[in-house]
Amino acid sequence: MALEFATIYWRDMLRFFRFRALLISSLVQPALWLALYGAAMSSNFSRFGSALPVPEGAVSVSYLTFLGAGVIALTTLFTSLFGGISLLFDKNWGLLREVFASPLPRNSIIIGIGLSGVTKSILQVLVIMSFGLLIGVKFFQGYSIMETALAIAGILIFVGVFSIGFLFLSSAISMSMETPEGLQGVITLLTLPLFFASNALYPIEAFPDFVRLLSMLNPLTYLVNGVRYFAIGDDFYAIGYHYSYTTMDIVISFLALAAFALVMFLVARWIFKKATVT
Amino acid sequence: MAGNIIEVDHLKHEYGDFRAVDDICFYVEKGEIFSFLGPNGAGKSTVINILTTLLPLQEGSVKIAGYDLKTQPEQVRRSIGIVFQDETLDRDLTVWETLEFHGRLYSMPKEKRRERIKEMIKLVELEDKKDVRTRNLSGGMKRRLEIARGLMTRPGVLFLDEPTIGLDTQTRIRMWEYIQKVNETGTTIFLTTHYMDEADQVSDWIDIIDRGKIIASGEPEGLKSALGRDMIYLETGDDESALRFLQTLPVVNDVKRLDKGLLITISRDGTHCLPLIMARLKDQGIEITGVNLKKPTLDDVFVHFTGREIRESGADKFRKMVARR
Ligand SMILES: Nc1ncnc2c1ncn2[C@@H]1O[C@H](COP(=O)(O)OP(=O)(O)OP(=O)(O)O)[C@@H](O)[C@H]1O
Ligand SMILES: [Mg+2]
Repeated sequence: MALEFATIYWRDMLRFFRFRALLISSLVQPALWLALYGAAMSSNFSRFGSALPVPEGAVSVSYLTFLGAGVIALTTLFTSLFGGISLLFDKNWGLLREVFASPLPRNSIIIGIGLSGVTKSILQVLVIMSFGLLIGVKFFQGYSIMETALAIAGILIFVGVFSIGFLFLSSAISMSMETPEGLQGVITLLTLPLFFASNALYPIEAFPDFVRLLSMLNPLTYLVNGVRYFAIGDDFYAIGYHYSYTTMDIVISFLALAAFALVMFLVARWIFKKATVT
Repeated sequence: MAGNIIEVDHLKHEYGDFRAVDDICFYVEKGEIFSFLGPNGAGKSTVINILTTLLPLQEGSVKIAGYDLKTQPEQVRRSIGIVFQDETLDRDLTVWETLEFHGRLYSMPKEKRRERIKEMIKLVELEDKKDVRTRNLSGGMKRRLEIARGLMTRPGVLFLDEPTIGLDTQTRIRMWEYIQKVNETGTTIFLTTHYMDEADQVSDWIDIIDRGKIIASGEPEGLKSALGRDMIYLETGDDESALRFLQTLPVVNDVKRLDKGLLITISRDGTHCLPLIMARLKDQGIEITGVNLKKPTLDDVFVHFTGREIRESGADKFRKMVARR
């Protein structure tokens, strides 16, 4: 049966909800981040943003709103990159032996962990959005209820595809690592370029060419595009820069994320195939 | 019920350039209890890990339940159950959840899963711990749960890597009763242990493995009688000369020096030989300070084939027996 991944999913969710402390901190942390960083930076950026002229009739959004989409993207990135770590613990504790010696196909492990990670990411994003709206993030301005629902669905789909790609990657890394410290090292190394060569926290239009080139290869860029498109709109000004997205841009962003997820799945499958746990 | 359920031919396994399994061949008949007996590091777990698909098959061929390990690992996994040597319980799941997860891994239908879980929990007497997380179980309870888990899917072959380690005597006995009962319903049992007495009592066949090689193989009775009929333990005033003298006697098959005293294997019934041997030693002027006659155990078989004790405590145990009488 193709639903075998549900077994892995079930156990991972059981653990997630069992660890209240982990559950709560994983939900509260990104909200806090948005509140503190957003509050600290938005007065700065807004001051220098408002100095720049915005054409008559154009939509101009606050830095906090601009940042809201970025925080959603970054939180999803971190959560997903660390999402596979439970595999590393399971491996080191010998728990994976039970699974590897069972008839469960290894792909089901990858997919089960992936989907449970996606569930966690989606929960986080819902919390961040709700909290953001409370503290003044202006998402879904002028949307009807129907449009809002569609926009949320769009955001969650983007988050889901992005998240599962990084969960596959995280699972692959976890399976090839011996210690959590090693995993942490690799992930830190990965996050730095992803983080800086992205438009999550600030506009990168003024950055050197190679950074912008890098950002074209960065899945984070495509997620941020998708989230801003759905949450803010297809044409707006923020911090003095003009953002506009065509439908085509968004379709391409989605396809880029899907391609990334597919490639990461193949990588994970390859690693799992040759992995031994004893 | 004839036929082999496990066939292993020229199996080798190397960790780097260390050869842990060195060209072994063995067959396990369907329905039997087969034991792998050997000291620490002999290669028992390595063989189990290969047979259960956890380690890759490097060299040799293995067939389990008619499936080739190399080309049909999935079918092999469906046919087997395992109790690992060291703990493999998720500490954050309850007893019930542990079994539920396992049943799901093997795609057991819900009805059957629930029924079997109840049965298993009852069997290992964890009814009142059903909703306790495994981190809060005692060592013996954890072991019982793992055994229940291995038995739960009623596999064709059940691999038990030192299953009764850490259990109290009572539980051990009950576990063996149950394992034998499972065996009687047709499940083949592949067992590793260094509890000689257990292997002796429950096994239909024993392979003794040491340093990656099978060094002896047979039914427990056959292995023991290969040593000769009886064994005599002697303590003398002068072990050195006693040893030299005993080796010249035709009735003596073998003499070994223990830390303290001598272990003699004889080819005839000890009840009548012993007084004669004692008289001859006395004639040589060798004083006898202690004596015991016993039937060979698998411990002795092991010492015989390897020249070493399977456990350091082997000789002490024997002396304790002497002291008790
Ligand atoms: N992953 C590994 N890498 C290197 N050497 C290993 C590895 N696993 C086992 N060995 C070595 O292979 C040999 C056989 O080990 P194995 O675990 O099979 O022994 P065993 O018979 O099960 O012993 P025990 O009774 O202590 O469980 C030992 O010398 C051990 O050090
Ligand atoms: Mg072992």
